Amino acid sequence: MFTIVKREEMAEGTIILNEIEAPLIAKKAKPGQFVILKANEEGERIPLTMADTNPEMGTITIVYMVVGKSTAIFRDLQVGDSYQDVIGPLGKPTHLEKVGKVVCVGGGTGVAVLHPITRGLKQVGNEVICIIGARNKGLLILEEQMHTASHDLRVCTDDGSYGHHGFVTEVLKEVLQSGDIRLVVAIGPVPMMKAVSNLTKEYNVATMVSLNPIMVDGTGMCGGCRVTVGGETKFACVDGPEFDGHQVDYDELILRLRAYQEDERKSHEHYCNIRDAVKS
Amino acid sequence: MAITAEKKGQKGRVPMPEQEPKVRARNFLEVPTGYTVKMAQEEAARCLQCKKPGCVAGCPVGVDIPGFIELIAQGDMTGAIRNLWSKNALPAVCGRVCPQEVQCEGKCIVGKKGEPVAIGNLERFCADYERENGSGELPPKASPTGKKVAVVGSGPSGLTVAGDLIVKGHDVTIYEAFHKPGGVLVYGIPEFRLPKAIVAQEVNFLARLGVSIQCNAVVGRTVSLDELFEEGYDAIYVGVGAGLPRFMNIPGENLVGILSANEYLTRANLMKAYKYPEVDTPIPIGKNVVVLGAGNVAMDSARTAMRLGAESVKIVYRRSREEMPARKAEIHHAEEEGIELFLLTNPTRYLGNDRGRLTGMECLRMELGEPDDSGRRRPVAVKGSEFELACDLCIVAVGSGANPLLTSETPDMQLNRWGNVVANPRTGKTTKKGVWAGGDIVTGAATVILAMGAGRDAADSMHDYLTLGW
Ligand SMILES: Cc1cc2nc3c(=O)[nH]c(=O)nc-3n(C[C@H](O)[C@H](O)[C@H](O)COP(=O)(O)OP(=O)(O)OC[C@H]3O[C@@H](n4cnc5c(N)ncnc54)[C@H](O)[C@@H]3O)c2cc1C
Ligand code: FES
Repeated sequence: MFTIVKREEMAEGTIILNEIEAPLIAKKAKPGQFVILKANEEGERIPLTMADTNPEMGTITIVYMVVGKSTAIFRDLQVGDSYQDVIGPLGKPTHLEKVGKVVCVGGGTGVAVLHPITRGLKQVGNEVICIIGARNKGLLILEEQMHTASHDLRVCTDDGSYGHHGFVTEVLKEVLQSGDIRLVVAIGPVPMMKAVSNLTKEYNVATMVSLNPIMVDGTGMCGGCRVTVGGETKFACVDGPEFDGHQVDYDELILRLRAYQEDERKSHEHYCNIRDAVKS
Repeated sequence: MAITAEKKGQKGRVPMPEQEPKVRARNFLEVPTGYTVKMAQEEAARCLQCKKPGCVAGCPVGVDIPGFIELIAQGDMTGAIRNLWSKNALPAVCGRVCPQEVQCEGKCIVGKKGEPVAIGNLERFCADYERENGSGELPPKASPTGKKVAVVGSGPSGLTVAGDLIVKGHDVTIYEAFHKPGGVLVYGIPEFRLPKAIVAQEVNFLARLGVSIQCNAVVGRTVSLDELFEEGYDAIYVGVGAGLPRFMNIPGENLVGILSANEYLTRANLMKAYKYPEVDTPIPIGKNVVVLGAGNVAMDSARTAMRLGAESVKIVYRRSREEMPARKAEIHHAEEEGIELFLLTNPTRYLGNDRGRLTGMECLRMELGEPDDSGRRRPVAVKGSEFELACDLCIVAVGSGANPLLTSETPDMQLNRWGNVVANPRTGKTTKKGVWAGGDIVTGAATVILAMGAGRDAADSMHDYLTLGW
């Protein structure tokens, strides 16, 4: 069993952090890798990139947004409760190398995934500028941690309630114009990664993104996670999750992510109805 | 003698009762429901007890077929199951899924004139009888040797190794990547052909014998083979199966609505998505379904789609009926359930709508030309024969390759050019010291019985190594 030792609500309760006992995974995991979690017997296998690991304590940290039935079930788990299954570490770790000046761009829960990568890039000697964004101030996560992990943190909100009023790409553009950026890492919603990649292409700056397609096994056995990168089909769970942002077919990814949208809505309603019936 | 043979042979095979095709095509319950004792004994009496039995020679693991059948005829069911177990660790599974028509039953003398003895049905009967009526008594275990063995993968091959080595006194731990043990028996083969309770019982039997089962352990990621040795294992068996789906590599393959059979069946079987939304994993429900391929995997996918409520299910295969690799019984059952065969047909591209969803495929008619490397006549496209087939779900079941996850992390274990592990065909020894391999990861996608046989040979060799040396 994989017991939750710490639980935090962020972004007005829409984003949850769990620190989970998983000693074997904690020992092996590197920044950029993911785990698959299953809450209970009937549960779905949900892939989440790790936001942190603590090999000494034998714990891993995940951060997720509540979007459907499975994450709603995750949300109900409290400290002391367990996930029935946690599998990992999966995927290829981030290639952390000293290249000079780098920009890390994060949106939504992507900021949590970006955190260990940002820290790693700084540790190997890069100068790291970090740009994070959210719809409004209340939805921003890990500002403090990202501040420590980077040399220079810029914050944006869509509604202007905090930091730069506008999208992360606007701030990124300014930074790119100042020149000399060797690498951009973008992690967040697919449209954000797409916009960042389109921008960095203009400036000819290498860009790495972390993809989150629908997965089942996470070991290259089902092909459900296929993405098109540079015109070729890749399995994100074993060939990724990180890819060259300039090569990814984002439009296909967006369509594939919607494969079960209708089913999920029904299933979530089904779950909420049952839960409400039990409560009342 | 000749007279008895004549008489015995003349009687037809005792059919195993089955659910009606119309009924079963919409449920997930097992199709054949099993022999009664009387039926089994009647069928057992058809066996000629040949002096030089062809059936035994036809069995990849050399089960003493006339022997166990004779015991059934005599009513000694305990004797019969013991006899079976001495060669086959998983008779309840093999009785249901072995390709008997090309193995034991294909060599049966009775079958020369009429229908062969129903060896598979009798094997299944024996195992089911033991499960329902047996004492559940564990076989005796040798005294502990103090040696530790790790088995990677819990398919039929790994389960066999674990069972053989635990009774020889070794300490055995199975490492399985999925959250449930059983390999293809749980994630691939559907409930209506192999009830999961049977697999669970086989696994439970090993657990009761003292085998430790570590699920959620992806060897090559969670832990490597070398780390297992560092942890104190003396020998390792690699039975990770053929877990790499092949696709057609034709335009449009990433449209929503095209799944590998691995994904489709894993959702349906391992994740129980046929019960959605009672369980949380969804599965696409097709109205008009096309399954590409004609092996057991294709039949299982097609029959699953039918059970999930499809209006039409078509098997599209580029060769002819003769070459279909599935068990005869599966093809027969599939057709009975209303699945259509589109033979000598090959898709050339998928068609989709503006929402990226599958709407159909373009196919070509084929004809058979000269024999190819496999000895089968090569299908050749008929010029100008393009036509469209409408479908909203396509399941690609055109084979599996070797999954490189573990092997790419183990550079000192030699692979062949297809990525399969090179192992001694007699012992299962790989080129890495202390490591054996067998089953689909060595042979490429094959059968349960071959995977089990390879496990048995490797277990013997591992036992020699653990007691005598490499
Ligand atoms: C749908 C389907 C229907 C079939 N029907 C039949 C049939 O009717 N008759 C027949 O004889 N054969 C049939 N087969 C083939 C048969 O199931 C296989 O040949 C057999 O299961 C192979 O056994 P195995 O032990 O080598 O591997 P598998 O059964 O594939 O088991 C391998 C196990 O290893 C695990 N694993 C993989 N990688 C790792 C890793 N890195 N670390 C830890 N664990 C790992 C996998 O999760 C899996 O559980 C069918 C196959 C499929 C897919
Ligand atoms: S999730 Fe199944 S292959 Fe990637």
